[in-house]
Order: sequence, then C-alpha cells, then structure tokens
Amino acid sequence: MTKYEAVIGLEVHVELMTERKITCYCKNEFGAEPNVNTCPICLGMPGALPMLNRQVLEFAIKAGLACHCEIAPYAQMERKNYFYPDLPKAYQITQGQHPLCIGGYLDIETRAGKKRVRLNRIHIEEDAGKLIHLEGEGTLVDLNRAGVPLIEIVTEPDLSSPEEVDAFLRKIRAMVQYTGVSDGRMDRGSMRCDVNLSIRPAGTEELGTRTEMKNLNSFNFVTKALEHEYQRQVEILESGGVIEQETRRFDSATGTSSSLRSKEDATDYRYFPDPDLVPILVSPEEVAAIRATIPRLPDVRIEEYVERWELPEYDANLLTNDIRIADFFEAAAVHTNYPKIAANLIIADLLPGLAEEGDVPLAPEQLSVLSDLLGTEEINSNTGRKVFKAMISSQDPIDPLAYVEEHQLKQINDPEILAGYVEEALAASAKAVKDYRRGKEAALRSIIGQVMRATSGRANPILTEEMIKDKIAALPEPE
Amino acid sequence: MDMQKMNLTQMAKALRAGEFSAVELTRHYLAQIEAQDEAINAYITVTSDQALAQAAQVDRALMSGQDLPPLAGIPLALKDNICTEGILTTAASKMLSNFVPPYSAYVWLKLQEQMGVLLGKTNLDELALGTTTESSLFGPTKNPLDLTRIPGGSSGGSAAAVAAGTAAYALGTDTGGSVRLPAAHCGLVGMRPTYGLVSKRGVIPLASSMDMVGPLTRSLADNALVLNAIAGHDAQDATSADRAIPDFSAGLNKGVNGLRIGLTLDHLESKVTADFKAAVLKAAADLETAGAKIVELAPRQLESAFPTYYLLSSAEVSSGLGRLDGIHYGYRSSDYEDLEDIYYNSRSEGFGPEVKRRIMLGNFVLSADYYEAFYVKAQKVRTFIKNEFDKMLEQVDLILLPTTTDVTPKLGAKKSKEDTRNVNFFSVLAPLTGLPALSVPTDSRVENLPVSVQLIGPAFSEALLYQAGAAIMGGAGEETAQ
Ligand SMILES: [Zn+2]
Repeated sequence: MTKYEAVIGLEVHVELMTERKITCYCKNEFGAEPNVNTCPICLGMPGALPMLNRQVLEFAIKAGLACHCEIAPYAQMERKNYFYPDLPKAYQITQGQHPLCIGGYLDIETRAGKKRVRLNRIHIEEDAGKLIHLEGEGTLVDLNRAGVPLIEIVTEPDLSSPEEVDAFLRKIRAMVQYTGVSDGRMDRGSMRCDVNLSIRPAGTEELGTRTEMKNLNSFNFVTKALEHEYQRQVEILESGGVIEQETRRFDSATGTSSSLRSKEDATDYRYFPDPDLVPILVSPEEVAAIRATIPRLPDVRIEEYVERWELPEYDANLLTNDIRIADFFEAAAVHTNYPKIAANLIIADLLPGLAEEGDVPLAPEQLSVLSDLLGTEEINSNTGRKVFKAMISSQDPIDPLAYVEEHQLKQINDPEILAGYVEEALAASAKAVKDYRRGKEAALRSIIGQVMRATSGRANPILTEEMIKDKIAALPEPE
Repeated sequence: MDMQKMNLTQMAKALRAGEFSAVELTRHYLAQIEAQDEAINAYITVTSDQALAQAAQVDRALMSGQDLPPLAGIPLALKDNICTEGILTTAASKMLSNFVPPYSAYVWLKLQEQMGVLLGKTNLDELALGTTTESSLFGPTKNPLDLTRIPGGSSGGSAAAVAAGTAAYALGTDTGGSVRLPAAHCGLVGMRPTYGLVSKRGVIPLASSMDMVGPLTRSLADNALVLNAIAGHDAQDATSADRAIPDFSAGLNKGVNGLRIGLTLDHLESKVTADFKAAVLKAAADLETAGAKIVELAPRQLESAFPTYYLLSSAEVSSGLGRLDGIHYGYRSSDYEDLEDIYYNSRSEGFGPEVKRRIMLGNFVLSADYYEAFYVKAQKVRTFIKNEFDKMLEQVDLILLPTTTDVTPKLGAKKSKEDTRNVNFFSVLAPLTGLPALSVPTDSRVENLPVSVQLIGPAFSEALLYQAGAAIMGGAGEETAQ
C-alpha cells in the first residue's frame, strides 16, 4: 500500500481589536446587544462612504512584522462582490492584488523538530454580520460584526500534519497576542481557520487535487477535520477514485463530512479596486515606528530560554506560546537558582488548566520560592507539585515557605531519621525483598512506597532508594 | 425688481435690505412650482412646510441683525440622488421609492450651514443613469424652454427647475455629463468641479470614481457663489481633496487677455453638426477678440473615451447597486418564498431596463474571464487619456469643446447610437480625467434654443474656468442666457 503525505495550506482569519470598525466610526466590541454598533456606513446605506481606519493598518502591519512579512509600499482595498443578508453592501471590502503584507514566515516546533512555514501574504478585510436562525420564526441579522476588521493570514502549502497545523495556529495566536492586535480566541470566533488539504505519495513532488474546509473554530476541530479529510482522500485514491476540487463541510458531532460546493459552482466574486478608497501608501518611517512598539517575540525568547536557562527548545516553545506565561516564567526565573524546575512546574501544572483570558492566578515570586525549595531538596517533587497546585487554586496568595512549615511537608533528608522508616518497611516486606533479590526490580518500588506512606510522602526518594538497596545488599545471602 | 429675474447676489442684498423677507421669497418660489411644475415635472418631492420653516428662521436671524452667509434664505432644489435627512430620497428608482435617509449629504449640510432653503427634490434618470431624464420612475421632465423637448439629464429636474424659475439655483450630479448636458439643453451654467473638490458623501453613487456634485445656475457669478459654499475637504470622504478653497468668483472680471485656449478641430469636424460647430468657433472667436490666443490641438487616440467610460462606469454601477437588494431597506418584492426570490424578484421589479443593462454589462466586465480584457484595459486607456490631457494642458491654459452636438431632442425621440456616442464623447472626457469642466451658454441659437460650449481646465482651475466663461457669455459673470 502506498504511503501518502498530506499537503496543507491555511487561511487564518483574525479579528483585530481596534477601537473602531474598519471603515466607519462604530465601536468594535464583542457581545453587545444586536445591531447596537451600526451606522449608515456599516449598514451599507446608499451614499454612505467608507474611510479606512488607520489603526487597522497599524495593527495589521504589527502582525505582519511579527510574522517577518514585507510591508507593501503600495496596497489597495478591493471589493469582493456577492449577495448575502449578512453583507449589506453586497460586497466585502478586502484586498486582492495588492495586499498590505507580503511573504513572511513562522517557525514552528513539534515533537518532530523545528519547521519553517512560509506565508504567502497577510491582508486586511472586513468581517460580515451574523445570521441568527430562530426555529419557526425565520432568520434575524445582527450587523454588529459587519465591518469588524480582520487580517487574513495565508500560508504556502508547507504544512504536512495536524500536529504541525496545531503548532502553527498556536504560533499565530501567540503572535497576535504578543503584538496585542487580537485576543486570538477561537472560542469567540476572533480566530477562525480555513484549511486546504491534498495528498500525494510520500516523497513525490507533484501536488494532488485539494479540498477546502471553511470556518473551523477550535484547535480540536481543526485536528479532527484534517485527520478525517486525510483519511477520506487516502481511501478514494486507494480505491482507484478521483478527488474532486470542492469545498467540504466537516461535522464534528458525527465525524463525517459532506460536499458544500464544487469548483464549478464557485462564485465569481468580480474583484476590483474599491473606487471609494484610495491606495494605501505606508512609508518606511511609519513601518519603523510601528516596529518599535512590538515587544520581544516568542522566537527571541525561545533562544534566550535555551541559552540562559538551558531549557529544551520544546519546553521553551511551550512557555512562549502565551505571553502571560512567558512573562510570568521570566519574572519567576530571575529570582530562583532553579529556573528549569520553575519551567517544569508551569508546563506540568499551570498550562493545562489556564483560562483563555485573565491573569495568571499566582505571583511569580511564589514560584521562585517554591523552585528554590525544590532545588535545594527542602521538599521533594511530589510535595512540590502539591504545593504548586494549592497555590494555583487558592483564592488567597499562599507563601510556599509558610505552607511547607505549617503542613510539615519538608523532605526528610536525614539518613538517621530515614533509617528507622527503612528498617520498618523492610521488616514488613519479606516477600518484596525476596522478589527483588531474585531480580524483580519492581519489587523495590513497593518498599519505597511503604516508606513514603509512613512519612506522608516526605522521605527523600533518592536517598530512600539508596538506603533500601544498601540494606538489602547487606543482608545475608538467602539459602 | 422682479424676484424671478434676480441673481443670487441681488437676492442676498434684497433680503438684507428688507425689500422682501425669506418667507416671501420662498412663497414666491412655491407659487411658481404650484403654477408650473405640473407641466414641467421637475420636482419629485416639494418640501413646502420645511422650506417655510427654514425661511422663517432666516428672517428671525436677519431681524436680529446677524451677519448671515451669502446663500442664507435663498431657495434651492436638490437632485433626488442627494440624501436629505428625514426627506424622501428616491433617485427616481422604484428600488428606493420609500427610502428616507437618516443622514444628509455633505453638500446639503454645507448648504444648511449657509441657511439655504430647500424647496424640494428634483427628477432625474433612474439612479442617474441616462442623459434625458426620461427613465425616471416619476415620468419624464420637460424642458421649460420648449415643453416638447427633453431637459437633458440626468440632472434634468434640477436644470428645468432653475430654467423655469421654480428654484433660484440647484445642485446636480455629474458622472458622465449629467450636470453639463442638462445645463446646455436648458441654457444654464453648469459646473462639474475637479474630482475631489466637492465631497460626494451622501450622494447615491453611480460610479464612485467619477461621480461629482455641481451647481446649476443662471449666471456664472451664481455658480461660483454656490461652488464656494459646497467645496471643501471632507474627512469622511477618502477621495476628497485636502486643500485650501479659493474664492471661485475672484476671476470673473479679469478677462482672458493672454490666455491660451485649445481647440480640437478634428473632433468638431467629425462629431458635431454644422450649426453647433459654428457655435463653438464663434465662442472661440469671441475669446480671441477678448485677447485670448486660440491654439489648435491634435490629441492622439481619444476615440475610445466613450467605450472606456461605459465599461468602467458599468463595472462600478454593478457593484455599487448591489446593496439595493431588498433586504435591509428600499423596495422588496411581495412575491417570494426564499432568499433567492427576494433578491431576484425585488431587483427584477425594482430596476428599470437601462439600470439592468448596465448591471449586466458591469458584471460581465468584472467577471474573472473578462476582467483583464475589459476592466484592466479600460483602466489603462483611462490613464492614457488622462496623460494626453495633461500634455495638452501644458500647451494651453484651457480647452474649448462643445457640450452638446445637436439641437435638443424631442421627448420620446429615439436617439441613434452615433448621436449618443458623439454627445457622450465630449461629456465623458472630464470625468475620465478628473478635470473640471464648465458648460456655458453662448449667444448662438439653433431652432431658437441656446447652444452651449464647455471649457476643461487643469485640476482645481475652477476660478479660471469661470473667468474664461465670462468672456464667452459677455460681461463679468452676471449675464444669463435667457
Ligand atoms: Zn458603522
């Protein structure tokens, strides 16, 4: 059976968090009462004229610079014409032939290693409104979102697995969060993704026919849709079929997909330059001024973490995906002698449960102290994670030192104290001792476990293990 | 003195001198509308109550001795594609037959600052697509100079109102000649300003890259006065020019001594009837007598001007009118079962044949398969024509052209394609190049109707155009053709 590789390209839409919409003076806010943030311009009334919001340019250029794009000295808004009730002008103001940001790339890190994903372009455009379908009552239109500014990030077909796509989306999200141009939240629709996927026999160059899936709105959903579509295409080719170029809809509930429209049915959008909006001319000085406002980006930080704190690149990547975490880690790392321990705690216990927005639920100083306690073996790693979890979930700030004292969690590092516990455990484990001496390594774990239970988990695990081994070795040979 | 015969400056003086009040002046015009408009059909909507209220306000201000703007209290008419807050604005289309805009066009805001008195909204070809004012939802407007003839279009209602004395002045819009053509047919002064000099915010668009608002008046001085009031930078129109506005009437009595005026004799030979050619040459001779130097020009390849205009404007029409879709406002067919029906039936029933023709052509021009061959090529020709004009305007200060090419047609007369092409050849040059063009009546008459010529000048040369116009009309801009 042929092995197939996937060739994946993405179009990622990100809503920009500008104060106002892209061509009018309405507020750009999430979650307002329907149609509150509208005016004759975003309602598409006749004679209403658009004016391009300079903040949209600034934000898009920021994102472009963060993604290593070239900023076009000449850009132009175009009209994409089609009819739909969420599009009151019957055209979307977008960019076609002259996008604002050209080329660029993002480096991603997966378990397979590092990879550079090239971008084709980043352009600016307006969002459409929202249709709300009411059972039995018809359809309502909310135009608060009509005219909300978007950037569309278009990649080259450089991605080849769902894991890479996931890493890329997280990298995009990191970039828009670092530059402050968007919250990048897929759950709110402020980041949405269209994927193009084709397959080809592994190692070959020629591209296969691609299909498109639109508006995927969660990381999970993207992965599932890609896995499904890859499998579907493999099955078609394996059974001698032909892949149709089409847009497909993936249903996450049933795990199935269906054709939305074929290439033949594709709308002709009749793009042309919007005569209401003059060409966009951005000077090198303006670009330089915008560049100066961009904070240190993940790639720079990753390099620093690897060099300064000797973190593995993969871990550094995890820490920098979210600017809140990166800033938190850096603040903690400079006040401990054990930054690696701090990093491990964050990755193991802080990252998985962290809410999409809001502050990190503890202060970096707390983590510094805890890391020192662990590094100096004042507490052992089990205790460390327990304390860390307590610090994360507690409403009131927990001082790790006081907490360790109060709950008597200090590690027992004194061999004289440990010796008693080891004796007791050995005496109660005749069978385990026998098994261990017969070469059953696992038996040792149960003896260590007994010491741990007896000390409420405070025994120094390494020392305990050494002492148990020594004791057993010192026992007389069994008959 | 008869109000009817006064120019705007005289009216302003008379109001201040207390010869009559703004309310009296307004009543005079409302009475004229009452008496004449049934026959002429210049107005779609007459706003009598609002007009009298605005006039009363002016009278109160006058009484309190305030220093008022030049156009305060003077009754005007606006073409019905210029949005007026709270007042029906139909663009003479069924599609907008119930549309009351919640905002006012910039030009109407400017005239409200002037304390202008709005008499009403005037007729036009449906959505300003036409040159006769016959395709209106509300029926054709008739030429006050001869009720059996068209007033020209698409600003035919505005022109007819001023010519009939049912408005002191009016605003029209000019995309391919729609101010200048009716001005010529009705014996008025019509200005198409430089693209960007007047904001087009709140004007229902035909082709955004060429639409301009311009005044229709009986004299040059009136025209300059109105242009003074409506010109200016609008931070809410991206195409609005950000520059200082001069006094456009400043040159009216300067004469044309030493000015170089260009003539394109080839075009006069091939596209204009003998009578009209003679009128242009007579205007040239008058200018020469007044001290101007006539220079013969031989521009290259302007023949594609009209097809270029037609393709580009249709492309913009097809996109710009998409919003009239029966969903959010305007006409919606009552015959529908699903979304597709709403679009299809509303637009089929709501648009007239000329609008449909232009939408279809525009969609074709912009379609992926023909975009390069038509739209892109037309843009290149447009740039070529612009360059050609820039070159000519290095040799001369102004270019003299006919406005219309033959006597004003009878209502309902079928126009030959060639006539259309010839008339429009001269009228689309200014829109394609963005340059200002002024149409002025000459003292020549054909079939007892006035014949006009137009002057095209460099960008923002409106004052110079008025200056030269005065030499053609005689006097210092106070003259009228009637
Ligand atoms: Zn708005």
